[in-house]
Amino acid sequence: MYDYDFFSFDSKADFLRRSEEFWNPDKTRFWQDAGVDLVIDRREGYLFWDMAGRRLIDMHLNGGTYNLGHRNPELIAVLEQAMGRFDIGNHHFPALARTALAEALVATCTPNMRRVIYGSGGGEAIDIAIKTARHTRRRRKIVSIRKGYHGHTGLAVATGDDRFSTLFLSDRPDEFVQVPFNDLDAMEAALRGGDVAGVVIETIPATYGFPLPDPGYLRSVKQLSERHGALYIADEVQTGLMRTGEMWGVAKAGIEPDIMVVGKGITGGMYPIACAVVSEECSAWLKEDGFGHISTGGGAELGCIVALKVLEICGRPEVRSMVHYIADRFRSGLSAVQELYPDWLVGIRQDGVVMGLEFDHPQGAKLVMRRLYENGVWAIFSTLDPRVLQFKPGLLLGPDLVDEILDRTAVAIGQALGDAAAAPREAAVA
Amino acid sequence: MSAALIDATATDPPGAPRARMMLARARWAATAFAAFDRERTRRIVEAVAEAAYQNAERFATEAVEETGMGVVEHKRRKNEACSRGIVERYDVGAYVDARIDAEAKIVAVPKPAGVVLALTPSTNPIATVYFKVILALMTRNAVVVSPHPLARRVSTDAVRVLADAAVAAGAPDGCLQVVEEPTIPLIEALMADRGVDVIVATGGTAVVRAAYRSGNPSLGVGPGNVPALVDATADVAKAASCLADSKAFDNSILCTNESVAIVEERVADALSRELERHGAHVLGEEEAGRVRAALYPDGRINTALAGKDAAALAAAAEIRVPKGTRVLVAPFPLIVPEEPLALEKLFPLLGLVRVPDAARGIEAARALLRIGGAGHSAVIHSRDPRTILAYGAAVGVLRVSVNAPGSTGGSGLDTNLAPTMTVGTGFFGRSSLTENLQPKHLTQWTRLAYDSDPAEPFGDFAGLEPWSVRAEPAPVVAPPSRDGGDLTRDDLRRLILDELRELVRS
Repeated sequence: MYDYDFFSFDSKADFLRRSEEFWNPDKTRFWQDAGVDLVIDRREGYLFWDMAGRRLIDMHLNGGTYNLGHRNPELIAVLEQAMGRFDIGNHHFPALARTALAEALVATCTPNMRRVIYGSGGGEAIDIAIKTARHTRRRRKIVSIRKGYHGHTGLAVATGDDRFSTLFLSDRPDEFVQVPFNDLDAMEAALRGGDVAGVVIETIPATYGFPLPDPGYLRSVKQLSERHGALYIADEVQTGLMRTGEMWGVAKAGIEPDIMVVGKGITGGMYPIACAVVSEECSAWLKEDGFGHISTGGGAELGCIVALKVLEICGRPEVRSMVHYIADRFRSGLSAVQELYPDWLVGIRQDGVVMGLEFDHPQGAKLVMRRLYENGVWAIFSTLDPRVLQFKPGLLLGPDLVDEILDRTAVAIGQALGDAAAAPREAAVA
Repeated sequence: MSAALIDATATDPPGAPRARMMLARARWAATAFAAFDRERTRRIVEAVAEAAYQNAERFATEAVEETGMGVVEHKRRKNEACSRGIVERYDVGAYVDARIDAEAKIVAVPKPAGVVLALTPSTNPIATVYFKVILALMTRNAVVVSPHPLARRVSTDAVRVLADAAVAAGAPDGCLQVVEEPTIPLIEALMADRGVDVIVATGGTAVVRAAYRSGNPSLGVGPGNVPALVDATADVAKAASCLADSKAFDNSILCTNESVAIVEERVADALSRELERHGAHVLGEEEAGRVRAALYPDGRINTALAGKDAAALAAAAEIRVPKGTRVLVAPFPLIVPEEPLALEKLFPLLGLVRVPDAARGIEAARALLRIGGAGHSAVIHSRDPRTILAYGAAVGVLRVSVNAPGSTGGSGLDTNLAPTMTVGTGFFGRSSLTENLQPKHLTQWTRLAYDSDPAEPFGDFAGLEPWSVRAEPAPVVAPPSRDGGDLTRDDLRRLILDELRELVRS
């Protein structure tokens, strides 16, 4: 009997059965079939425990949501205190916490940023960014990166992989153009017509396995956008908040975006909101018809208060210092693993604590993910490039836990090499 | 293994989350620092000591301004002794290099403590910051300094100067940090944090006891109350000069300063005359009464007068003293607990008690130490080794300055004791530290001990050095914190270059 005070289940099997019955049959089954029978129960710091009691180190972090750890005590304290006075607020009126966060957030961004528009999740914030770009430039077309990922809402889903848009008949190839990453010729070709409102691009495409932009690529995209009258929409959901060792990856790359989208980690997994930060030019509709985008949960004031604390924590010099140490330790530790298996772990993509591990097998990351799971580490394969494992350490890890992760990872990678020899290179594993 | 790196609780005092994060950063720095070899360590220590030395006068001045205690010139001397003086005294190699004992077939490898939480006092703020920081760096420890709130500004500035010098000389980023807004609840929370490997506590009894209660290993000190026996064989002129100089030194703010001169009757008048020649004013009975009342109201030391000069003490007691008086001497008859003049002096007031012979003098010294100062320091002026040894055997202290000033003797500035700003009071004084704090106290050793059977040969370790047998970690230096909004073109150019370099590396 698993009694969680608010609900209870007879057993893990009972729970999984109900999950299929009342929630999501395919997703529930998928993980069982993939050998990851995880049901997350207790969570604390960079650890969580499966409902059967197994301890796992979280190297997925829900794409940086748990950047500062699960149930970060500072965020819990802030949220608890905030609930003594605030709730989500009213989306029609000038709102105290939304304004306070907007001012604090703008202060961390490149100097051209002016205002914040709120959504309840990253997808909605991308929709806001796209709508804003269309309003600003009076053009309909949006260019994105093939294998890019920006969420599943109405407009965002159309920027992403066909798998998710065609399922819901939401692909709109006439309005949404996709070009390969790191291909400036293709980008220029897409923009040359002068009919593109905006280019939406992750600073390092997460779901594509964090391929690093070629030197100068992002800056050239920005220049091309400017030349052809398109706006640059930076998706910083997975590269913001110190993950690259700087507050915003796009600023680190030397770019002033026209719109910057922030989500996930901005509220530390405590009370979700997402933000589209916009330049003065992109603020036009906010002056023309401020009711243009309405979102009841968007910028929920409780979330805004948590986000203020997240920004303050991420801005501390101690955090900056630790991120550099963590990145350095992983760099050297993973390089040592690569020396053991040079033909298996064929690539280490890294910018700060944004990391992708590339394996020489079409489904390599799934094999490694499964072995990591058995060895007590949870890290996820890249949906849009299953050769690459997303490897995402938190900002506040200490040396002991990092060394433990490296120990477990070295073993798991070795074990998965054996699996790869047996696994057909063509068929999917899961 | 803890799940959360940051060990916060629901009742955390203000500032605690940030301070705990400093400990977490220090942990990374300590981890990197622990693999440094002798030369890298020496470069850092020398750079830091030099920066400290160059700022000795500045911080002496600012310390007196901020705390209102002590004498600039004397604080400068202490600051110099605790910067270059420490470096000259100790060899970094002794705490970094392996020791090979072929005879015993043991190789000992030195390891740092890790993260040191250094509590520094208001009385000797800068000398103590210098001292603890240099000791910690010499032994490859990361250190978080928590200064006394009354000396917060100057201590914080000093740590920043030293930290900049350390990092510029190649020290791991974050190996030296300071708690900028120290409060008692915050310090208590930090002391109990699992991120601390050892607390080095200098301060009042309350903070030292709290350190020992914290559950973390602690090196604490107790208060002094120093008896100074002057027997009939003493060089009375020199004894008087030592006593007066010691009491005047930094206005007696060092805890090794003399509390009561215990003088053999036969030389007492001569000593009094000599003391007056050296700028002391021997109080009459009525004056002594006023001084007692003003400096020990309700039988407790008036801390507002700590570190003030003799003129200020006289003014507080509303007595007139000759111009140029450096020390007040208050004769009193008997060392007993109800006598306020038998309590610790943190100002240039010296009690004076006459005894019929040296044996009674030793008993009087023991009586003084029953009242306070157990395990701390004593002084003797004598030319009779028998008396000196008998004194040393009888008094429950761990250092006795012989024919030397107490302030600068017990602290090792004018004796060959280890120069220190942290005087261990041992088990007598409820401390785990039984001598003057030295680098060795922040070092621990891994001993590789071979089978003692002669059939088992000892390995040949010649030419091997523990910190070079494994890969040297790349130095990690975090760029300075900066708001994204302040990015200049140069910043951007640098960031782009960094990024390119990273790309090339990976």
